[in-house]
Amino acid sequence: MVAVLTRIFGVHNLALAEDVVQDAFCHALEVWPFRGMPDNPSAWLMAAAKNRAIDVLRRERTARTFAPELGRRLDSEWTLVPTVEERFASHAIQDDLLRMMFSCCHPRLKEEAQVALMLNILCGFSVREVANAFVTGHAAIEKRIQRSREVLAGSKTLFDLGDESAIRARLPAVQRALYLLFNEGYHGASTKSAVRWELCGEAMRLAALLREHPGAASPATFALSALMSLHAARLPARVDAEGELIALFDQDRGQWDRALVAEGERLLEQSAAGPELTEYHVEAAIAWVHTTARSAEKTDWRRIVSLYDQLLVIRPSPIVALNRAIAIAQQEGPERGLDEIRGIAESDRLIHYPFYAAAQGELELRRGRIDAAREHFLSALGLARNPAERHFFERRVAACGAPSG
Amino acid sequence: MSEYVFLYRGAERPSSAQDTQQIMQKWMNWFQDLSNKGYLKDRGQPLELAGKVVSGRQKTVTDGPFAEAKDLVGGYTLIEAKDLAEAAELSKGCPIFERNGFVEVRPVMKM
Repeated sequence: MVAVLTRIFGVHNLALAEDVVQDAFCHALEVWPFRGMPDNPSAWLMAAAKNRAIDVLRRERTARTFAPELGRRLDSEWTLVPTVEERFASHAIQDDLLRMMFSCCHPRLKEEAQVALMLNILCGFSVREVANAFVTGHAAIEKRIQRSREVLAGSKTLFDLGDESAIRARLPAVQRALYLLFNEGYHGASTKSAVRWELCGEAMRLAALLREHPGAASPATFALSALMSLHAARLPARVDAEGELIALFDQDRGQWDRALVAEGERLLEQSAAGPELTEYHVEAAIAWVHTTARSAEKTDWRRIVSLYDQLLVIRPSPIVALNRAIAIAQQEGPERGLDEIRGIAESDRLIHYPFYAAAQGELELRRGRIDAAREHFLSALGLARNPAERHFFERRVAACGAPSG
Repeated sequence: MSEYVFLYRGAERPSSAQDTQQIMQKWMNWFQDLSNKGYLKDRGQPLELAGKVVSGRQKTVTDGPFAEAKDLVGGYTLIEAKDLAEAAELSKGCPIFERNGFVEVRPVMKM
């Protein structure tokens, strides 16, 4: 709704748009407890927001300017209501959401700021909720969102969806932001839980929007959606009902969401159109190899290693190198895996990452070096970021038994 | 058993869509609970905050009431309870308290 209203009020009136949405929610809170929830709550909210918007436009039209693109049509009483109605039509809403998504990925904003802005404006997260989503503190997030909103409001107009070359130019930033958003939910580093389903859901919803627009539905977009679906499909096995983490080799594949797996496979096929091979393609392929394996042991680890080799070329990072090392350990044994881990470039960036220590712990355990394994797991425990991680590492430490000698 | 009116006042605006949903659920649950236990007579209605105030011998009609937001009655509910103490106790389940609002509990006059 904020996206639609910003389109009507103009990007410089973003705060006003949000107030109107807030008003609609407040109104719902005033009425629904007494009258019951309407059959179609979103339609009700939309209608409330629309009516309020019309009130605001009438009341404020001498004091403010609204969207320059809509210009005169908001001035005249004759055209005011139809113009607003038109923006609330469903195809227009899709467009406005997409437009807002692209607008949030403003080139002057850093990646994390773009994601925070998307969560705040598009997904309706309050500042506190956005702060919970990232590891950063509330004050820092508040400042980041504030500054990002200023940048957005200062951009005079929202992104022009009609400009195909502009879409092509900004699409990678939008894809990257959605990837980061999904990742935040999937590999959550929040202090409350290891996985934040809502963030994954939002990312998938927004990626689906991208797929609907011909200019944005590139093979990379399909690959991105595929990897999200294939990862999300396996989440129910990765985290149990209490939110506790389960190691890969202990996961019950029967818990996988088969519909999401099927969707992921479909999207992966669609992503194979054309010569483009992006990091999303490779990551989706890795997820797919996991998904098609009957069990963790029966996984085609060789294939996974070669895919990680490719990923390392496209998007070199210590985390990718770590995951590759783990795959090599599966294929060639724990000694080789540990060698690879020791050879990771920029590994100092991993020292706060608990799973870096834990991976070494696992491999030492497999080599029978129990004391070394315990040390690593204790390090991991010290770096744990939430109760689920703590419990997981505690169990690993316990699995090593008491220290010898 | 006697009747009492709950008058709701002063709730703060929710901070986000997720908040609103949670608050909504709490209101539904609270009303349902009151109803299940036989206390709810009339769920009541929400009230617009801007209305008219008619006053004086001349019965002048002016716009109003223009009280502080926290003083304006936003809605009412009619319940049945054995006494005022019980009625007040029953009001404690109302989610309005989480948003710094309050419930005025007023007995309906019998005679």
